[in-house]
Amino acid sequence: MFRTALRTVLAHKARLLMTVLAVMLGVAFVSGTLVFTNTVSEAFQKSSAKGFDQVDVAIQPKTRKSTGDTLGKKPELTQPLLDKAAEVQGADSAIGVVGGFTAIADKDGKLIGGGFRTQGGNYWGTKDIRYPLVSGHAPKGAGQVLIDSKTAERAGYKVGDTVRISIDGPVLKPEITGIFTTDDGNVAAGGSLALFDTATAQRLFGKTGVYDEIDVKAAPGTSQVALRDALDKALPKDVASTITGEKLADDQAAQITDATSSLRTSLLVFAGIALFVGTFIIANTFTMLVAQRTKELALLRAVGASRRQVTRSVLIEAFVVGAVAAVTGLLAGIGVGAGLRALLGSFGDSVPDGPLVISPSTVLAAFAVGIVITMLAAYLPARRAAKIPPVAAMSSVHAKATTKSLVVRNTIGSLFAAAGIATVLYATTLNSTDGQAPMGLGAVLLIIGVFVLTPLLSRPLIAAAAPLLRVFGIAGKLARQNSVRNPRRTAATASALMIGLTLITGLTVMAGSLQIAIDKMAASSIKADYVVTMANGNPLSPDVDRKLRSADGVTTTSALRFASSRIDGETEYVMGVNGATFTDLTDLTVDSGSMKIGGAQIVVDEDTAKSRDWHTGSRLTASFEAGHKQQLTVAGIYRSTAMMRGIILDNATLSAHASHPSDLQVMVKMSDGATASAKSALEKALGDNPAIQVQDKKDISNGISQSVTLMLNILYGLLAMAVIVAVLGVINTLAMSVFERSQEIGMLRAIGLDRGGIKRMVRLESLVISLFGGVLGIGLGVFFGWAAGRLVGTQISTYQLVLPWGRMAVFLLLAGLVGVLAALWPARRAARLNMLTAIKSQ
Amino acid sequence: MTSTPLADPITAVAARATDLSKVYGQGETQVVALDRVTVDFEQARFTAIMGPSGSGKSTLMHCVAGLDSFSSGSVRVGDVELGSLKDKQLTKLRRDKIGFIFQAFNLLPTLTALENITLPMDIAGRKPDKEWLNTVIEMVGLSGRLGHRPAQLSGGQQQRVAVARALASKPAIIFGDEPTGNLDSRSGAEVLGFLRNSVRELGQTVVMVTHDPVAAAYADRVIFLADGRIVDEVHAPTAEAVLDRMKQFDAKGRTS
Repeated sequence: MFRTALRTVLAHKARLLMTVLAVMLGVAFVSGTLVFTNTVSEAFQKSSAKGFDQVDVAIQPKTRKSTGDTLGKKPELTQPLLDKAAEVQGADSAIGVVGGFTAIADKDGKLIGGGFRTQGGNYWGTKDIRYPLVSGHAPKGAGQVLIDSKTAERAGYKVGDTVRISIDGPVLKPEITGIFTTDDGNVAAGGSLALFDTATAQRLFGKTGVYDEIDVKAAPGTSQVALRDALDKALPKDVASTITGEKLADDQAAQITDATSSLRTSLLVFAGIALFVGTFIIANTFTMLVAQRTKELALLRAVGASRRQVTRSVLIEAFVVGAVAAVTGLLAGIGVGAGLRALLGSFGDSVPDGPLVISPSTVLAAFAVGIVITMLAAYLPARRAAKIPPVAAMSSVHAKATTKSLVVRNTIGSLFAAAGIATVLYATTLNSTDGQAPMGLGAVLLIIGVFVLTPLLSRPLIAAAAPLLRVFGIAGKLARQNSVRNPRRTAATASALMIGLTLITGLTVMAGSLQIAIDKMAASSIKADYVVTMANGNPLSPDVDRKLRSADGVTTTSALRFASSRIDGETEYVMGVNGATFTDLTDLTVDSGSMKIGGAQIVVDEDTAKSRDWHTGSRLTASFEAGHKQQLTVAGIYRSTAMMRGIILDNATLSAHASHPSDLQVMVKMSDGATASAKSALEKALGDNPAIQVQDKKDISNGISQSVTLMLNILYGLLAMAVIVAVLGVINTLAMSVFERSQEIGMLRAIGLDRGGIKRMVRLESLVISLFGGVLGIGLGVFFGWAAGRLVGTQISTYQLVLPWGRMAVFLLLAGLVGVLAALWPARRAARLNMLTAIKSQ
Repeated sequence: MTSTPLADPITAVAARATDLSKVYGQGETQVVALDRVTVDFEQARFTAIMGPSGSGKSTLMHCVAGLDSFSSGSVRVGDVELGSLKDKQLTKLRRDKIGFIFQAFNLLPTLTALENITLPMDIAGRKPDKEWLNTVIEMVGLSGRLGHRPAQLSGGQQQRVAVARALASKPAIIFGDEPTGNLDSRSGAEVLGFLRNSVRELGQTVVMVTHDPVAAAYADRVIFLADGRIVDEVHAPTAEAVLDRMKQFDAKGRTS
């Protein structure tokens, strides 16, 4: 039986080509994802492990502990602590580590790196074992800095150059006194690292006299664990916690594994979608192959093969197809993995060097996915093959189109679809957390229902296209009739395309509506002309607010300053603002009281007020760091927005208590509003700092739309695979149909339809099937987008369904294009058919 | 009409092959399917082409009908020389001038009987001549079944649809390739009767390839092919005469 199956596969290899391609693409997606994530994960782990070579035990500050109404003191690693650690039995030396965000500008004043991986730190003494110098010498004072060799190379900096650096506000212009190499993970991943001498670094990063971490090196012969225990004994328990270098490396490795595994999971979801689409093609192909070989299979039964043997022979064919697809898919996947790494490098985010990792589990996954999916999808057609009666071998007719009633199928489909719609509608009445599960369930039910119902839907929907097809004369008429001739086949082909378009449309509807909602929200509550922030969202130095206030044309400013406090036994983050002008800069809805902020007067948002049972006039006591206490009175209650929420008090009140306030943004109002010259005046006042953004409302909405567009484009790219597989499906169906109808095509040619007419007929059939899938997909996508939007709407009040008509038209065109492209080859084949052999063959 | 009258001065020629040869393959594997065949198919006459398998009878029909290319010689349908025509022009010629009836009926399963009948005109984008269409449909007795699809018709009815399709566009000549090959004898007789009537009453020209002497007896004239050449011709044949002639081929060790 195996030999028969193998022979059959070889005999039909042209007809199985598209199926193999479809499975292959899915397998390539899966194995490419695995190869890529394994490679990146291993490379990062190796490079980070190297980074811990110099650390035997790390001392880290404990987290703050607050009890009752007092805000606990923040544990700090001070110089005396470091000195103590260095003298512990078994310690060889100790290094204090301090660091933070540091932006380096290239020679054109532009920020190097993405802003998130640009780091600064301290160079310990005159020779820091962590950072071997390539050239130059250790830095001294604020006028000197070291930069890493990769950054120096990228920007063309040499020892002796002056470089523009910014930490959290004012621009520094130190001289580069040396260049060093490092295994630091951020640098390996395309970031930059600038080093100052320790005292300067502590001052610049706002940690005067304090370290972020103390790294202790063990004396020869002392183990990491022994040193850790010695340190634990010697150091105050409430301040310092210790951890061995090995544990640090392990933790980091686990973190990297976590990060890559979530990337892997999301990529695999999209691979899964592509594979799911592929199953439709596999099932379609085997159904058609079985139908075409009815006589042959009946003959096998007639000469004594059992039903089980016939089923098995079809499944063996599927196995061979799956295995071939798995092997080629794995090879393609390895290429994809290597390509992705190179692609990532070209975006500036370089991955540390390392070999391409092809683990046994990747190979296993490729084979499992390829073979199991193909055999599963071929199972039903295989069962159907077994039901062919032996007598069919005697009948002279070709396999007839399935005339089996669709009644059962339609009933089941209607039940599923109705249940799905009902569940989704029910979910839209719930809030966003409770609604998610029923929404997902309803979506799955509805999609299954639509799959099952597509044969039924194909007739009316395709009939609706009849007036358009009439323009094409007889070719259009024949195309329409051919496309409804085998509703199951048309449905399976269209469904494959539908899946991709449903997801694409749903995401587009949601993203578009969300973007407008966020936009509205950002714009509605702010009256300020400009908002100044750090490029990476880090806090700004209080200097920035001072500088902006004295810039030309500025009427008023307000820093949004955050600090933690303890109120009534709970830790609360409070926001300090310029109370006198806050109402000129924002436009918040006041529910009760007034927006009088100043001295002891504060305002709170309704949610906080409700949960803490505060009212206008409520008195409360806030305690800040170092035991400072402040009496506060609620002057008003406002409605929170995305940017403004929580407890708001005056900066003057806050600054008296908080030692390290962080300004997350500064709002600025100009006398002449937002103009180009106003913007450049502000930028100039800040010393043209590359790390600071000055944005007006338009910039903010552009920023939002850019990030939404980027996210959508990534998703489009990932879903493109599903669409490509669907295109293969359309090609496959058409090619098979052309093969089955060769006799008809020969007759049409004989009685006078020219090659152009035949081509047009095939192309129009393809167009009809694709547009059918497209209309279904876009319709379902809009429905899901609407439904999911209802859930989002319970959280974001400005959310409103916005239908992207332009995009939807583009998707429909895309579906049409898919149809035209998919028909290219089958149409050519049909037009080239030899009339005489076609007529004669029976 | 530029064609000159031949043997029979009263009868014009619908199609003519002159020195027609068709050779497959090259060198050692060369097969001569038609060997300098010259034949006229007169207008308003029913001609049957007979011969054993491999005699070239189907090839002759295919070449004259513009379905197949030929190696040398000339074929004229009406006043058009086929040898110089490109695929597009040949297609147009078949559409406008030629009707076909195939052994396997070759109807489109998605179209109704009526739609199948008017298919050649639909392809040409012409409106069918209503009166003529009714005449044809009446003649083949399909009036009650025009809305049926081929799957709902018997073999004989399907072939009657095919006959109507060939007649409906008033072609200059109709070619039939074993039109009764898939039919029982009663249905076959019906179809042949229609073809003969279309010649006698409507002045249609019909050329039919067959291996059935009974079918050939419906024709006005039978030509016999063997080894790619015309070897004999019988006018006003009877089934017995044709059978006798065919037996001579069998006597030479061939089977039909």
